[in-house]
Amino acid sequence: MGIRFDSVTVAYDGNVVLDSLDLTVEPGEVMALLGPSGSGKTTALRAVAGFVRPVSGRVLLGGRDVTDLPPYQRGIGMVVQQYALFPHMRVDENVAFGLKARRTAKSETRQRVAQALEMTGMAAYARRHPRELSGGQQQRVAIARALAIRPDVLLLDEPLSALDAQLRSGMLAELARLHRELPDVSMLYVTHDQVEALTLADRIAVMDKARLQACGTPKELYRSPADEFTASFVGGANLVPVTVGRAGVSFAGAELKVDTSGVLAGARATLCVRPHLVGLGEGPNRLVGTVTEIQWRGATHRLYVEVDGHSVMADLRELKDPPSLGDVVALHFASDDAVLLPAGVSHG
Amino acid sequence: MLVHSRGAKWAVWAVFLLLFVPLFALPLLVVLGASFATHWSSVLPSDLTTANYRAATRGEALQALTTSLLTATGASLLALAVGTWAALAGAALKKRYRRIMDALFVLPVAVPSVVVGLSILVAFSKPPMLLNGTRWIVILAHTVLVTAFAHQSVSAAITRLDPAYEQAAASLGARPSYVLWRVRLPLLLPSLTAAAGLCFALSMGELSATMMLYPPDWTPLPLLIYGATDRGALFTGSAVAVVLMAATLLVLFAVSRVRTRASYR
Repeated sequence: MGIRFDSVTVAYDGNVVLDSLDLTVEPGEVMALLGPSGSGKTTALRAVAGFVRPVSGRVLLGGRDVTDLPPYQRGIGMVVQQYALFPHMRVDENVAFGLKARRTAKSETRQRVAQALEMTGMAAYARRHPRELSGGQQQRVAIARALAIRPDVLLLDEPLSALDAQLRSGMLAELARLHRELPDVSMLYVTHDQVEALTLADRIAVMDKARLQACGTPKELYRSPADEFTASFVGGANLVPVTVGRAGVSFAGAELKVDTSGVLAGARATLCVRPHLVGLGEGPNRLVGTVTEIQWRGATHRLYVEVDGHSVMADLRELKDPPSLGDVVALHFASDDAVLLPAGVSHG
Repeated sequence: MLVHSRGAKWAVWAVFLLLFVPLFALPLLVVLGASFATHWSSVLPSDLTTANYRAATRGEALQALTTSLLTATGASLLALAVGTWAALAGAALKKRYRRIMDALFVLPVAVPSVVVGLSILVAFSKPPMLLNGTRWIVILAHTVLVTAFAHQSVSAAITRLDPAYEQAAASLGARPSYVLWRVRLPLLLPSLTAAAGLCFALSMGELSATMMLYPPDWTPLPLLIYGATDRGALFTGSAVAVVLMAATLLVLFAVSRVRTRASYR
């Protein structure tokens, strides 16, 4: 079952927190809503669940308008950051809750609870209480509870944010496996973490300031972002203001060769290059600047180089002989690793 | 503890005992001593006896104890039901209306209880609502007096209740009534039992409003104590007072046992 937002606007006391969102999640698709806090992504999810009421626009589930339905009539599975497991019920009672509320037959309830716990690897903990489980285990139970009602749509609201980094990557793989096992379930996955979005999502909707900024597959957004916000939020990026010439752009007195098709010569634009695609030393598309900061990150070194008043980041495989602060170094990048974006905030 | 140095800790304990013992503990110990006495003319009571207790646990006194227990149980259960209902309903109201409702429930506490007793007596002395002369007027008065406390403590607990629980329940397809019985009330249970205990204790000790309206066949224990001391039977009165105290504490202890089992974190 797909989800469709049809110019959904949500406001609290005249304060718009979601501004006319148009978005379609196809049946069986994983859509990540990615954005910083306050971007409206959680509000969008809550509008699907029925916990906030849009002031205008419609929410459709599988073609059915559910805007006016109360949450309990929507048939949606939901997993939230703080798990929200019922503390007075055992794990199996938690998972059975939705089935009991729907008056499912006892034998079927038992079977589906067992199946959901099996699927999330929590079968051995069925008789425990939530307080006896670790955070990761509690989140698995919460997922099992949401899956037990066999929803067509699963809403995940920052499901991994309360877990530590190591558990998070494990759970990310689990979620990907669940999605492969349940190919018909559409998932709306709210996160502020671009790694989660890039790993899990079929498509990513980037949100900022209550608006949808961009929507596309992870590769599209990463390789050719449409605007500065998307470029820096998805993957991180060097954004420098340039002036477009005939066969390239000019920046800090240097001529750089990049693809300028579709952009008028003489226009101002923003050059976007991913930090890990920037190399140290001489090469085509050369930038010269002063090293202002060096961070050693184990496998990589990150250099911050100031080029004509703009900070350029370079992620380099661990250097045997890293430059020192204040050294003048040359950086370079390949022409086809750069993207031209419309001029934005980086122009000041 | 906020105080770290050894000397300061001793000082804090000394101040605590100096304030606590004379104000809270001594009077109760005096009543306990008096309940075993036949005379008390020097420092300590003399001619110790258990006759006071024999008198305090039979006949009129036993009847009054049953009356008090029944009244307090009835009033606290009624207050809990009404207070919880109102608190749940209030939680769904807008802030302005909720304030009005809170004020309404606090009214019987803000007004002197003698006035509450009098107003209930006047209001229910004529048909069609003739309760005067029955036990129900006592239970009603106690209910009115203690509902405020039930309402207040349950309200506070509802505000603290994380809405994530009921939202998770709703998303799983549970109707509001199912969510109420299976999720919200069980999660509120610790506060509900605490509120019930408080109401029970308050009702067990209520005197001033009860005095205005109790019928002869429904005399709660505090009135018996008052009557006994009024006649000058101080030592019998003390024994009855100890019985009242013990019965109340016993019930509170049982309630707190339920509460310990009902708290989840």
